[in-house]
Amino acid sequence: MKNREIVLNTKGIGKYFYDPVKFKAIDDINFDVYKGEFLTLVGKSGSGKSTLLYCLSTMDTAYEGELYIREEKVTGKKPNELASIRNCTIGFIFQFHYLLPEFSCLMNIMLPALKLNKYTYEEVEHRAYEKMKLLDIEDQALKPASKLSGGQQQRVAIARALINDPAIIMCDEPTGNLDSKNTQIVFEIFQRICHELGQTIIAVTHDLDFAKASDRTIELADGKIISTHENNLGIVR
Amino acid sequence: MKRKANVEIAITHIVARRKQTFTAALGVTIGVGVYLFMNSLSAGFSKFSRDEIFKNSAHIKIYKNDEICSPFVPKSNQDNINVIVNPQITTLSKKIIDPENLLKVVKSQSYVTNAISQVYFDAFYNRGKAQIRGTGNGVNIIDYDAMFSTGKYMVAGSINNLQGNLNGIIIGSGIAEKLNLGINENITVSSSFGIVKVMKIVGIFTTGNSMNDQAKSYVNITTAQQFIKEGPSYVSTIFVNTPNADKSVYYAERLQQLTEYTVEDWKTTSADLLSGDKTRSTLMNSISLSILLMTAFIIYNLLSSTIMQKINDIAILKATGFSGRDVISIFLMEAIIMGLIGTIMGLVLGAILIWIMSGIYMGGPVGYFPISFELSLFTQSFVLGIVITTCAGYFPARNAANVDPVEIFRK
Ligand SMILES: Nc1ncnc2c1ncn2[C@@H]1O[C@H](COP(=O)(O)OP(=O)(O)O)[C@@H](O)[C@H]1O
Ligand SMILES: [Mg+2]
Repeated sequence: MKNREIVLNTKGIGKYFYDPVKFKAIDDINFDVYKGEFLTLVGKSGSGKSTLLYCLSTMDTAYEGELYIREEKVTGKKPNELASIRNCTIGFIFQFHYLLPEFSCLMNIMLPALKLNKYTYEEVEHRAYEKMKLLDIEDQALKPASKLSGGQQQRVAIARALINDPAIIMCDEPTGNLDSKNTQIVFEIFQRICHELGQTIIAVTHDLDFAKASDRTIELADGKIISTHENNLGIVR
Repeated sequence: MKRKANVEIAITHIVARRKQTFTAALGVTIGVGVYLFMNSLSAGFSKFSRDEIFKNSAHIKIYKNDEICSPFVPKSNQDNINVIVNPQITTLSKKIIDPENLLKVVKSQSYVTNAISQVYFDAFYNRGKAQIRGTGNGVNIIDYDAMFSTGKYMVAGSINNLQGNLNGIIIGSGIAEKLNLGINENITVSSSFGIVKVMKIVGIFTTGNSMNDQAKSYVNITTAQQFIKEGPSYVSTIFVNTPNADKSVYYAERLQQLTEYTVEDWKTTSADLLSGDKTRSTLMNSISLSILLMTAFIIYNLLSSTIMQKINDIAILKATGFSGRDVISIFLMEAIIMGLIGTIMGLVLGAILIWIMSGIYMGGPVGYFPISFELSLFTQSFVLGIVITTCAGYFPARNAANVDPVEIFRK
């Protein structure tokens, strides 16, 4: 397993918060993430999972250590370059679905691709419908995003994260706001994304069942990695 | 409907919040409309008063100024007495010597479009015992008409009747009315030099300005010279027109090098009138500019509050790869769209106000309110409207670009 392609790795990442007192929220984080891997980050509330994810996401740049995405050092890059990396390499899924309420579901999904400006408008539209089909929401395409149920909104958010075929999809509590049925749907989609499409997922969760079903689980406590589990050792691809 | 992402977002925001967009645009409309209207008022009035000035005065006039005599009278013959007198205006006549030659030199300058000479005299118009005081103007009426368009104001007779007619006179309608005289009738004119002539009225003019209509008359130069007992070398003033009235100071300086007589541009001559004019237009400009700045504040406020409400959306856009520059361009575009709608409506509003105003009759010499559609003012209002709304939009847009998505997602 170890000779698989690395899509993201960290070297000694740490981060301080200064308010209200100086305090190290994450400390000396080192790990590699592989192509096609479904990785979960777990730990007690306040253990630093979200803080770490935001550092990995390139949105938070105030950290120590180094972050590499596809062997390329991203630490120290300019905000515009980071925005462009996020646009084409990283997809985000949040606990609160965070769709743009004035736009239709279709347009919510299309916007990151229109920003990428790699495909024509028609191609982008076509690709958005493909992603919606994958998530079984194509009949919602033209509804305003705010008119959908929570589970449907989360699937639109997943489609949006997938639209530019990013190498890595990052999620902070993606099922935190969903019932068990929708959680199951999201989980199955994640499995397919990793194992059929070969994209990497890094998901923060406190749902241990969800974590156990992923490929690998990293556990944090007080900002440090305390253990790493390979979950589905039986499945070899 | 196939647009770039930033344009798509800006337009969707604008359409989704059409009420606020419309309110902001309306603010701009009022600002730009009032700005355009007030500046047109001001420009129309300035043009009117300038035209009034040029009815009687050219861009530049050349005349002999009063001289103050020296306090010492030169020693006369044998007695060694120094005579000291109070400095005062000399009694030397205010004539221009060799006016023909000076006029020729002036006319030959490349920047002189027209030049004429004129002889003034104090005139008394008499009929029986009735007498009116006024000013007689000795002119070459054809040249004079070329400069001041006197022909336009004729209500009876014609300026051509005066040409070469040494006994002819054109009088203001006020004089004609008061003395109950009509065209082709005789009028007795006398001067302060005791010359009395019976002249034939060959024309009557009305300028609408009672000062002119009740006092002014035109005769030939030779006739005027006779009224003041002077020969053909006497001329009171030479009037000069140049291609550009606004550059008359510069032209006057050049003319001054050609003659020892006083060369004065119209801005110096009419300084009082112009300073009043300037005060008024400065006042109007500052009021209208303040209104326009209030417009900017409306846009600034509206966009700031929009951005506060949309802070989640901005965080999402940044998370999905939109850069700070994209965010600025989105919100700037929204400001510009509001500004564009508002400015165009403002130009329409201004045009309507100008149109209404131009139909209001003020009476007297003013007639209809002196206001017109000036393309330059429309352009100026348009540019200012867009520039101000863009600037007002830039600052909130920059704040939006600085939103830290992590801070938003963490809460
Ligand atoms: N903006 C902040 N300022 C100060 N402390 C913070 C801030 N964000 C998070 N923390 C602290 O950092 C620690 C890790 O937080 P977080 O990464 O959100 O934990 P988790 O996602 O694992 O629940 C917590 O102790 C939290 O209080
Ligand atoms: Mg968290």
